[in-house]
Amino acid sequence: MALPKYTETRYRIWHYFYIAICTFVFIFLIAPLFVIFPLSFNAEEFLVFSEGMKNLDPDAFSLRWYKDMVYGTKNPWGLAAKNSFIIAIFATLGSVILGTVAALGLSSRHMPFKGIIMATLISPMIVPLIISGVAIFFFMAKAGLAATHTGIVLAHIILGTPFVVITVTATLSGFDHSVTRAAASLGSNPVNTFMKVTLPLILPGVISGGLFAFVTSFDEVVVVLFLAGLENTTIPIQMWTGLREQLSPTILAVATCLIVLSTLILISAELLRRRSERLRGINR
Amino acid sequence: MSNETKQILTTDGIPLEISLKKAERKNKIKAFLLVAPLLLFLIITYIFPIGEMFTRSIDDKMITNMLPKTFKSMETWDGKELPSEEVFASFLSDFKILVDKKEHGKLAQRLNKEKNGFNTITKKLFRQVKRNKIDETQSIKEQIMKVHKRWRNVEYWQAIKRTAPPYTSAKYLKAMDMYLNEDNKITQVSEDRRIHRILWLRTVEVAFFVTVFCFLMGYPIAHLLATLPMKYSNLLMICVLLPFWTSLLVRTASWMILLQQQGVVNDFFVIIGLVSDDNRPEMMYNKVGTYVAMTQILLPFMVLPLYSVMKTISPSLMRAGKSLGGTPFVAFWKVYFPLTIPGIGAGCLLVFILAIGYYITPALVGGASGTLISNQIAYHMKTTLDWSFASAMGLMLLGGVLVIYWLYNKLVGVDNIKLG
Repeated sequence: MALPKYTETRYRIWHYFYIAICTFVFIFLIAPLFVIFPLSFNAEEFLVFSEGMKNLDPDAFSLRWYKDMVYGTKNPWGLAAKNSFIIAIFATLGSVILGTVAALGLSSRHMPFKGIIMATLISPMIVPLIISGVAIFFFMAKAGLAATHTGIVLAHIILGTPFVVITVTATLSGFDHSVTRAAASLGSNPVNTFMKVTLPLILPGVISGGLFAFVTSFDEVVVVLFLAGLENTTIPIQMWTGLREQLSPTILAVATCLIVLSTLILISAELLRRRSERLRGINR
Repeated sequence: MSNETKQILTTDGIPLEISLKKAERKNKIKAFLLVAPLLLFLIITYIFPIGEMFTRSIDDKMITNMLPKTFKSMETWDGKELPSEEVFASFLSDFKILVDKKEHGKLAQRLNKEKNGFNTITKKLFRQVKRNKIDETQSIKEQIMKVHKRWRNVEYWQAIKRTAPPYTSAKYLKAMDMYLNEDNKITQVSEDRRIHRILWLRTVEVAFFVTVFCFLMGYPIAHLLATLPMKYSNLLMICVLLPFWTSLLVRTASWMILLQQQGVVNDFFVIIGLVSDDNRPEMMYNKVGTYVAMTQILLPFMVLPLYSVMKTISPSLMRAGKSLGGTPFVAFWKVYFPLTIPGIGAGCLLVFILAIGYYITPALVGGASGTLISNQIAYHMKTTLDWSFASAMGLMLLGGVLVIYWLYNKLVGVDNIKLG
């Protein structure tokens, strides 16, 4: 972003002002995540940087809250983590299967009523979550699935499929359909063609849709608050109750773990995106 | 012409046109069958229940089923003076059935909602019925009127008559702080009880300002990301994507730590001398907290669509604008900015719709002023169990969102919503 030598002073000033604004916004975006790290290693119970921490005194840091998170008596985090992972994994599987199959149909040029069907399929993303929550709760209550894992998994499939549909249709838009015809002409049946030809080519899109679905489920709190009973508590529910009652350092330990997890997800999503762009021949 | 087309046959001897149509239809069915499982699943578990919210929100059948005979005999009553003996008799017989089913409490509750004072007089009547004090061989009207003076008041009978229709718009009116008065006219509730309108306004206000803040902060950085060389912009993109992938509650928690009175932001203000140490401003549990936290949380949803649009704008356009004599500002305003409008539209729509249905963050950092309409919906779903009221408010919110969506479609056109 170096300025050419002939730039007038007022544009020079404007340019530095612009850089300053951008720097501020980037700090605003990323800094909050880094506050949690040091505080989660706090040896004390308060959620402020103690004098010892400011002086980098090793005694001021400890793994106390991480131990509390894992071994703490009456701590709900173990059950919550287990539930969260089980629910997110099944919800992701369901979303990916239903969403990918639907995207295959949607990107066919023979699809009738494409517009309205697409609108229906991505509606859970557009409708405010609280309304989805109420509607899904009514269904689950009627079907007797409230306060069950199955109910929550189904709810998260509803919320997750739009992401899969969108990413997979986007991947399929650059897909060369002649390869499936080639496979068919070589005697492959449609299922075989899909597994051996189409799927490997659209896999980056499918996986990144799956990542969206996973994160949606793993981070979802509004709908779960309606559906979950005591047995189905998840990490977001525990954090919600924890933050409402009292902000304890244990929550920060959990939050740190979640940030590490989201970093891993971010890295895999980025790698996938680049790979799929390379495959689609987009080089910028 | 038509003769010629008819002559083209496939190898099986079927006219080509028919054969093509058949193949076309087969393909259509194939494509539809692929979509069908998800479509069916969503219709059953999602679209129908939203429809059910509507029937639930206007449903008032409970009392219609509780007092069938009363409402039947009330049909001929003009509603001006006390109803006839027949109405009283059928009311008593309906009431006796309810007492047997132990549902008289529900009736009292429902009637009390219509007009205050029904609770007491229904209880009194219940006691008389329980003790078999009412002699059915004599005038029932006289006896009921003796139970409590309100049974002699025609207004209470008018209130009963008003509950007769199986559908009601009361929940929608209540959500707007209005009700139907005795003459079936829409009236506002008294000033000190108008809570919902404040919540609606606050919800729209918060969503609007959060969208504006997100736009003001998101536009410059999206521009920077789109114009920087790839190796730098990829690195900076992490600053946008990491919050995007991080749990909403984690980000809310970090803002709670940052904004508290002994928190880092206040520390910083003290260090640079903006405020004195003993006079730290309260930044949490008020609107400041809500705006700051929600803006940071929703900012990636503004940046990503803007970025994907800006990425497609060729830098030579700006150069051309400048070489044709425009100052950088003019070139930006006349060339670059109009090209980014689809991105602005998509980003603002996304942020506004997400913000309007939000309630986790405002509930945690907003304090009393952080109660938005969604909190109210959740409250009625979970605490008061007035599901029909929650449904009514939810549908009103949904209606608002759909109107915004429609407007957006008219003004900008629904672009593919891109996810980075």
